[in-house]
Amino acid sequence: MQSHSYPSKLLENAVEEFAKLPGIGRRSALRLVLHLLRQPQPDVERFIAAIGDMLQNIKFCSICHNISDTDVCSICSSPSRDKATICVVESIKDVMSIENTMQYRGLYHVLGGVISPMEGIGPSDLNIDSLVDRIAKGEINEVIMALSATTEGDTTNFYIYKKIRNYPIIVTTLARGVAFGNELEYTDEITLGRALLNRVRFDNSFSVE
Amino acid sequence: MFLKRLTIINFKSIPHIDIDLDTKINCFVGNNGQGKTNLLDAIYYLSMCKSSATLSDSQIIRHGQDFFMLQGLYSRLNMDENIHCGLKLGEGKVFKRNGKEYERLTDHIGLLPVVLVSPIDGELVEGSGEERRRYMNGVISQIDRIYLDEVIRYNKLIAHRNSLLKAASRNHFSYDLLEAIDIQLAEYATVIHSKRKAFVEQLIPIFQEYYRKVSAGQESVSISYRSHLNDSTAGELLRENIEKDRTLQFTSVGVHRDDLAFTIDGYPIRREGSQGQQKTYLIALKLAQFDFISKVSGLKPLLLFDDIFDKLDFNRVNQLIELVAHDGFGQIFITDTNKHRLEEVLQRVSSGYKLYRVENSEFEIVASK
Repeated sequence: MQSHSYPSKLLENAVEEFAKLPGIGRRSALRLVLHLLRQPQPDVERFIAAIGDMLQNIKFCSICHNISDTDVCSICSSPSRDKATICVVESIKDVMSIENTMQYRGLYHVLGGVISPMEGIGPSDLNIDSLVDRIAKGEINEVIMALSATTEGDTTNFYIYKKIRNYPIIVTTLARGVAFGNELEYTDEITLGRALLNRVRFDNSFSVE
Repeated sequence: MFLKRLTIINFKSIPHIDIDLDTKINCFVGNNGQGKTNLLDAIYYLSMCKSSATLSDSQIIRHGQDFFMLQGLYSRLNMDENIHCGLKLGEGKVFKRNGKEYERLTDHIGLLPVVLVSPIDGELVEGSGEERRRYMNGVISQIDRIYLDEVIRYNKLIAHRNSLLKAASRNHFSYDLLEAIDIQLAEYATVIHSKRKAFVEQLIPIFQEYYRKVSAGQESVSISYRSHLNDSTAGELLRENIEKDRTLQFTSVGVHRDDLAFTIDGYPIRREGSQGQQKTYLIALKLAQFDFISKVSGLKPLLLFDDIFDKLDFNRVNQLIELVAHDGFGQIFITDTNKHRLEEVLQRVSSGYKLYRVENSEFEIVASK
């Protein structure tokens, strides 16, 4: 669609802004903008206020860098969480995924990405120093590395491991292999091949605790 | 395994053909530019889901048309297999096996193995080491499904490492990050090296046997695997070369610099071999590839000989055809510009054959047995 086909500059600006959002093309952006124009004004103002409010007031936890309404997030400040275990994740979305499993009672550390020299993302662009500081305080027993099983995730794992391996802690990583409920014939060859190479003793394989 | 019937519509220069094929030898004779190679490429496409030439799919559609279609009726393990492939401009590529569409094209590749021998193979001798690594990767990945993933991961790590080395000249350089990459690189390099080494050891006797058969045993040929890792571990190599790599701004050591040295009577084939000897060399390499694939898949791949007889003396052409007409091989497709040469060779084979004349993308059968 040509830009000069917009009847209004104001409309065009709004469409341009919406089209910057992930997964939204110009056509969808126009549809959303026209939809908003048809809504009662108070509804649209509430929508705008919600975004403004979020921008103004949202914080990142000063300990784990998770999203938070307060200076320290609800997970870090909860008395019922295990404060000696840290799970290192790439993004806030990963915190939500792991929380949804309801299997984890420890704390988190959100890196804000993974190391990728090809994209110009180095260690100093991520929250790695603050992770080392947390461990250096001496109250941590275990660090769980829960990054993606990609080259970039692995590089980040190795880098962080080097920084923290001399502290008296256990460093663990998520198991990789055949997914639960998956039939072997539908598991891709690479995952299956690696799961075979990294097989585990059966008596260690069924513990749920 | 063999192709019984082939239908082509709008594929490159070919508007429409429909031909029945011999289960053993199929020859296509005609002048340059008549459509012989495109026919072989169509067969290649039906097996590999892509053209053997580096063309995008839309370039394959005949000029002025908006779709192409290929259909092959195969016999595989005594069962009929109907393979359909179609591409319409602006829509995706469709591959169907017996009327059912594939979800992923990779599920189809390998069902009907194929080995193409063509003048492009000359790059294996003439080209850079990359061509020879590609040959190794191509064959090893047929026998080891994890290998390709290891190579992809290795190459990605090298790309990251090179980016890091380049950026380092501008700002602060992190040895710790380099080490994090090198630990993984060393791991993959070691695995890739040991797999390539084992492969070349397996390859040599098979290759030599084929060379001997085609050349009638006149020269002695060999292959050696050149790798930085032959006399040092990957970890050591990377460590020892860090400062050099920083200056060069790329990774100077590792399996991404591996090569194969092709020799004839102890000298490099590229310098010492005649054109006919080089050609024989390449054919023997491809036949060895045929061997690896047939051992692993239990199927005899289709063998496509595209215009490979030039520069070969008549004895070698004869030896070669006698060799592949034998039971150890399956169905064969041969293109040539020289009708007399083909007729003479075909007179001597005991198996069945069909000889087609190709003119202006029309295929007419002129002889058969």
